[in-house]
Amino acid sequence: MIGGLFIYNHKGEVLISRVYRDDIGRNAVDAFRVNVIHARQQVRSPVTNIARTSFFHVKRSNIWLAAVTKQNVNAAMVFEFLYKMCDVMTAYFGKISEENIKNNFVLIYELLDEILDFGYPQNSETGALKTFITQQGIKGQPQTKEEQSQITSQVTGQIGWRREGIKYRRNELFLDVLESVNLLMSPQGQVLSAHVSGRVVMKSYLSGMPECKFGMNDKIVIDKQGKGGTTDEPGKSGKQSIAIDDCTFHQCVRLSKFDSERSISFIPPDGEYELMRYRTTKDIILPFRVIPLVREVGRTKLEVKVVIKSNFKPSLLAQKIEVRIPTPLNTSGVQVICMKGKAKYKASENAIVWKIKRMAGMKESQISAEIELLPTNDKKKWARPPISMNFEVPFAPSGLKVRYLKVFESKLNYSDHDVIKWVRYIGRSGIYETRC
Amino acid sequence: MEWASQLCENRGLGSKMTDSKYFTTTKKGEIFELKAELNSDKKEKKKEAVKKVIASMTVGKDVSALFPDVVNCMQTDNLELKKLVYLYLMNYAKSQPDMAIMAVNTFVKDCEDLNPLIRALAVRTMGCIRVDKITEYLCEPLRKCLKDEDPYVRKTAAVCVAKLHDINAQLVEDQGFLDTLKDLISDSNPMVVANAVAALSEIAESHPNSNLLDLNPQTINKLLTALNECTEWGQIFILDCLASYLPRDDRESQSICERVTPRLSHANSAVVLSAVKVLMKFMEMLPKDLDYYGTLLKKLAPPLVTLLSAEPELQYVALRNINLIVQKRPEILKHEMKVFFVKYNDPIYVKLEKLDIMIRLASQANIAQVLAELKEYATEVDVDFVRKAVRAIGRCAIKVEQSAERCVSTLLDLIQTKVNYVVQEAIVVIKDIFRKYPNKYESVIATLCENLDSLDEPEARAAMIWIVGEYAERIDNADELLESFLEGFHDESTQVQLQLLTAIVKLFLKKPTETQELVQQVLSLATQDSDNPDLRDRGYIYWRLLSTDPVAAKEVVLAEKPLISEETDLIEPTLLEELICHIGTLASVYHKPPSAFVEGSRGVQHKRLPPRTGSGESTETPDVGQSGPSEAPPAVIPSQGDLLGDLLNLDLAPPTATVPSVQPSMQMGAMDLLGGGLDSLLGGDIGGSPSMGAGLGAAPAAMPASLGSAPAVGGGLGDLFDLGGGVGMPTGSYVAPKTVWLLAMKAKGLEISGTFARRGGIIQMDLSLTNKAMSVMTDFAIQFNRNSFGLAPAGPLQVLTPLSPNQTIDVSLPLSTSGPVMKMEPLNNLQVAVKNNIDVFYFSCQYPLSLLFVEDGKMDRQVFLATWKDIPNDNEAQFQIKDIHLNSDVASNKLQGSNIFTIAKRTVEGQDMLYQSVKLTNGIWVLAEMRIQTGNPNYTLSIKCRAPEVCPFVYQCYELVLKN
Repeated sequence: MIGGLFIYNHKGEVLISRVYRDDIGRNAVDAFRVNVIHARQQVRSPVTNIARTSFFHVKRSNIWLAAVTKQNVNAAMVFEFLYKMCDVMTAYFGKISEENIKNNFVLIYELLDEILDFGYPQNSETGALKTFITQQGIKGQPQTKEEQSQITSQVTGQIGWRREGIKYRRNELFLDVLESVNLLMSPQGQVLSAHVSGRVVMKSYLSGMPECKFGMNDKIVIDKQGKGGTTDEPGKSGKQSIAIDDCTFHQCVRLSKFDSERSISFIPPDGEYELMRYRTTKDIILPFRVIPLVREVGRTKLEVKVVIKSNFKPSLLAQKIEVRIPTPLNTSGVQVICMKGKAKYKASENAIVWKIKRMAGMKESQISAEIELLPTNDKKKWARPPISMNFEVPFAPSGLKVRYLKVFESKLNYSDHDVIKWVRYIGRSGIYETRC
Repeated sequence: MEWASQLCENRGLGSKMTDSKYFTTTKKGEIFELKAELNSDKKEKKKEAVKKVIASMTVGKDVSALFPDVVNCMQTDNLELKKLVYLYLMNYAKSQPDMAIMAVNTFVKDCEDLNPLIRALAVRTMGCIRVDKITEYLCEPLRKCLKDEDPYVRKTAAVCVAKLHDINAQLVEDQGFLDTLKDLISDSNPMVVANAVAALSEIAESHPNSNLLDLNPQTINKLLTALNECTEWGQIFILDCLASYLPRDDRESQSICERVTPRLSHANSAVVLSAVKVLMKFMEMLPKDLDYYGTLLKKLAPPLVTLLSAEPELQYVALRNINLIVQKRPEILKHEMKVFFVKYNDPIYVKLEKLDIMIRLASQANIAQVLAELKEYATEVDVDFVRKAVRAIGRCAIKVEQSAERCVSTLLDLIQTKVNYVVQEAIVVIKDIFRKYPNKYESVIATLCENLDSLDEPEARAAMIWIVGEYAERIDNADELLESFLEGFHDESTQVQLQLLTAIVKLFLKKPTETQELVQQVLSLATQDSDNPDLRDRGYIYWRLLSTDPVAAKEVVLAEKPLISEETDLIEPTLLEELICHIGTLASVYHKPPSAFVEGSRGVQHKRLPPRTGSGESTETPDVGQSGPSEAPPAVIPSQGDLLGDLLNLDLAPPTATVPSVQPSMQMGAMDLLGGGLDSLLGGDIGGSPSMGAGLGAAPAAMPASLGSAPAVGGGLGDLFDLGGGVGMPTGSYVAPKTVWLLAMKAKGLEISGTFARRGGIIQMDLSLTNKAMSVMTDFAIQFNRNSFGLAPAGPLQVLTPLSPNQTIDVSLPLSTSGPVMKMEPLNNLQVAVKNNIDVFYFSCQYPLSLLFVEDGKMDRQVFLATWKDIPNDNEAQFQIKDIHLNSDVASNKLQGSNIFTIAKRTVEGQDMLYQSVKLTNGIWVLAEMRIQTGNPNYTLSIKCRAPEVCPFVYQCYELVLKN
């Protein structure tokens, strides 16, 4: 298991050092600094073995978190733990920075003592931790026996992510379907790969221990119901159902129930959390199409023309559109003409950046540029990195629709109808590239 | 009262804003000041001081001098302060054991506290203090806490048992904590169960044979129930523990799989990977024709793909594991090629791993896409990545024949870029393509030759030289090209030198008239001016070969080379199986068994996949030893990480491999020259085995065949023992009782006794390994030194379970006679090296020559007569065999059992004359005449042989056989 955990600043000075196992000595702290942080070359692996000691590291801005071990630990677990550790710290004191860590080092030690015992990760849900690890001095100690046992049963219990007795005057929940659509397209417009990775993020402000059931237009569920006789009206809104390649759930979801009935039921944590992640590859709506045209005119000039076409309902508006056209390293000057938005050559980024604030569906826009090149004797050809795009659209490119989210709380006197529910769809570009 | 609470808050806020100041105190006399503050009456000041101490401790300053003062702060109601003091204690108690005892009282008291959080804190901290005296006091509180009413305390106590075990294992056993821990597996709280499982698994790891976990269907059922309820971490502990269980039959295996599959949808990647591990392992037991088997295969793909959208570090772990899974079960991901396409912004470690998997998944169906991708990658910035991409193009050409042409033209395009490292890498792979498709793409040689000057890496130079030598007849100025390399001969690396030597000899054999001077020059450089024994040896062999028989030399050096095989870099099957059992762990990331990087007894247990029970299959044998996946496992060379390779540079690869690889860093020393040509040199039928070239050693065949595999000629002995042999019918022969060969005291506790036997034409070495040491022994391997008859292990030493103290294992090691030959003194001496996890040990033993008597050793009468006459009388040796009370028929029968065949019998004057023949595995015939006089217990034996040095040993065999 994890033998020790160190946090360093960008210079390699140690900010936090907690050793859990006898086989990890103080010299391990230095070994990592010398061999990884101070190493000249780029990091070649997130796992490093130095003198039979393995170091796992992740970086958050310029802070290094390293877990150390001498045993054959579960590597995936160590990284998951390090990410979790970052989440917990962020939940407690915001951004992970040198200053914040120094300001909260006592808290961090306290957390590390709680969430890692002898190198074994323990309950690390912030919801639970915040009930008894506080930095409020004396107030931090629970007073009554009931309170104490409530804490311990929550930390160790089946529903470790939610405490009892939560009360809201207004029961409300927000569902955000956040998708990132990824595309790799050939210069000829052939889709080389495309997939959507989506997340359903829920903010719940519900009283008591509500039992929730979430439904979406999952093809498997819809088809099953279709067989049952209740056929949906055809042609209601384009796509009826979507094929989900795979999905993963927050630990509150009863996985065995999903496996057997494909129903998503859970008692949600309080506040914001990620309910599920999913991935689809079939029938993706690609919101934009990029058509590049690059022509080399002699050795010192390039002509670039890029057309973008929006491919969704005309009533919808895409936002924050940015097209990034890479330019060769020996570019000396660029002239750009675009019909819409603003385009600028950014020498430091070796790219023409074309920004459009808003664009409706089924529209088209174009940019053309002349790139002057310095003559070089560099034999290596310019690699022509792909043209990338960023945007945000108000729908889910996968076609996912939330069908329902039912809330049941038998002990309290509110019903599903009393809960105010909000659903929002946002589609963003992931890695959306077209080769040129 | 309001002002008071406000004050509290302010203070909290205050301390929050200023904690970083503790890091900045560096002035002298600091310790002194801290001491004063620690002893202050004011609570706040005390706390501030302790914080400063912890900050100093963090940055590595020695604050152990403050021990008594800090411990004094321990008695407090303030939980935060208490935790800080505990943190200090954990760090320094070991250096101040006497003073640490001061803390015991507080601990013991805290273990009785009303607040469960404090009870748990005390027991948790106490377990971290590695001081004997404290440990003694820990037992009673721990016992109570293990049965505490509060689950939080119980889950903490469970882990504490593991801590205590790490400090004093005996104590834990004596106190019966292990049983209590086992009881906790049935606890009502899932987290207690999970921690108990984690603790037990850890303890069990250091007692490999203790059966501590004692998994049976009932406990498995409990674990599976807890799996649904506990935290993500607990699920990982339980799944990892489940993976070590061996289901009784395929039905149980299936039912566990069914209950584990829902975990594949967990958001935590580690839960997913551990579930994959359980499924991959238990799947082995399912019959393949089962519907569920197919369903399971289908269910595995999506979660594996989803792992690739995790954070980059986890992607890396996932990709390393997918690499193993793809090798074990390629069908799972064969349609998922696209997800492994490299993204522009992937970190380099993710890119390199993806590339590896792309090559493994490349097939005729997707090759066009793959090639297009690889071409893109070859223009990227990172040198390592580009190199690997170029190499991958070559590998595609070799793997998918239909694509070879496109690959070659892509490589040529890349060579045109003139980017130095691209060109070099391309040349290295083109050499392999030539090997795979001879006489197809040689038209590109001209282009390659243009780039000769830019090559500065040994591997590329060697490859280019090989090409020039191999195709010397098509390259007009081959001699000039090679000569240009010769100028700086001594500055080249060994790899290049060896290649150059071979290439020039090839050139000479092809164009003898113009290149005589050149070949003499290189031979003298190699033999006279070089310190490198490999180079010298090769030089001498060429020299002698060329000077004695140029025609034979041509046959040898220019012999047809075996084709190279397509799969490269595969992990050796037994290692792969072990790594599959370690999915998700570091071992799977390093692609090394845990014993390679974990110290001590932990993790040295070798895990294996369960045998397939296969109720519905008749074709599959339930082969426990090799745990039979029915796909013929691809033969591979042991990977570089294989520890066996370290064994003194002895070439330990069992002769089962057909050797493909492009391991760039293969040691050149392990390679032999002359390639397959050696067969013809030695008469062509060594051991009668057609796979001989493959059977001998594991030189990488992706290297040119002239560097292929064949035993080096140990001196000129090959001539002496005109090699040859055959296989005959099985017969029983005398087997001597085992004798001790290696004394335990000389081998760190390992005792080896053994004997040799010939059973059914197979030579076997029967060994008994006894562990007389205190610790477990694993990783056994065996290797012979060169010996007179080329005896060599025909497979690895099959010691599959670790050898625990006082345990003895009997192993039968089949031997072949196709190993390297060197004359020994005495002739039947065999020097053996045995390796285990502790060390390498050497001993020598002598085998009875009868071991080598082959079953078809019966000579034709006429031939016998002629041969007998033909062998000069000087070669005849006479021996007396005393005290034998057998008649000639019984003796004859007895001898026949050991493959000594009586050809004729004559009775002259009451004297029986038996004429007998024996053939050795290397083709030597031994003729004998045995005279038996009725009533005389002494036999007279005359032995005639062309190699008279074997006679005394044949006589020994006679004596042994007749007397037993």
